[in-house]
Amino acid sequence: MTDSQVGPTLASTPGAEAGAEELLTIAGRTLRSRLLLGTGGFPSLELMAEAIAASGSELVTVALRRVDPQARGSLIDVLASAGVELLPNTAGCYTARDAVITAKLAREAFATDWIKLEVIGDEDTLLPDAPELLRAAEELVDDGFVVLPYTTDDPVLARRLADVGCAAVMPLGSPIGSGMGIRNPYNLSLIREAVAVPVVLDAGVGTASDAALAMELGCDAVMAASAIARAQDPVRMARAMRAAVEAGHLARTAGRIPRRHYATASTPEQGLAEF
Amino acid sequence: MITLNGHRSDLGAGDTVAEALERLGLELQARGVAVAVDGEVVPRAAWQSFALAEGSRVEVLTAMQGG
Repeated sequence: MTDSQVGPTLASTPGAEAGAEELLTIAGRTLRSRLLLGTGGFPSLELMAEAIAASGSELVTVALRRVDPQARGSLIDVLASAGVELLPNTAGCYTARDAVITAKLAREAFATDWIKLEVIGDEDTLLPDAPELLRAAEELVDDGFVVLPYTTDDPVLARRLADVGCAAVMPLGSPIGSGMGIRNPYNLSLIREAVAVPVVLDAGVGTASDAALAMELGCDAVMAASAIARAQDPVRMARAMRAAVEAGHLARTAGRIPRRHYATASTPEQGLAEF
Repeated sequence: MITLNGHRSDLGAGDTVAEALERLGLELQARGVAVAVDGEVVPRAAWQSFALAEGSRVEVLTAMQGG
């Protein structure tokens, strides 16, 4: 990085990242879409299926909850016919112990060793509990899981998670479902520099520009849940997120112009008439 | 008493996990289902043989929309 800016940067060195068309690879799995989708919050399974199709996402999260004999329609069947891979999460877990058991149950239920690890430390903000998260991540990695931890936007914690063998890190932009976007772009760009594994922005996305900004900051992918599911028109928002993620990734890899304090004429002075 | 998904059940000691699933209207082939007894995973292959004990807490989980 030769960026001369101080503080939050939206740019890498122009041309520093070749291969804009490169595909995202997490733990050896290649994904054509850089948008991950949460399935929570959709008014109906039909609308969820439509939004998944519109988003182009290939990886969607599901939670694990008690069987409800009265439940209508099978989420599993709908997701199977959508042709997407499942990324089970440990949403609702407040301790490493609960998260580890939930991950093992998810492996059993869905025949995948991928887990989106969430260990929550606070009921109001749903912010991650860092020590419990790191402990659970280490234990699950040792047990052969492909661990994608939902983490704070702390570059040091992100590095520690990568060091214990997490396949990616999923820092928040702002609290889950808050729609506040990316509160600390500087930290996100530091996380991008701190780890070699993919960085997936998770939580806080409110609208398309948030997703584009995440990609411009160097994230490899964006996870959107409430922003799509709870939009007035989820299918339309899914399309918007898809376009934003693609645009942000292209812009990042295209290498933006540096920010300047004064104007730089885009039209040459040479040949200017004198009156 | 054996607890099934947080509720008192009519299951007794010696009943199997498979019988617990039956109480919830689930077949042994049910997709996307996992079972824990007293905080330990019971693999699908053991559902028919795993006997519950008095006081067991059985959790039967499946996919739900989330995150």
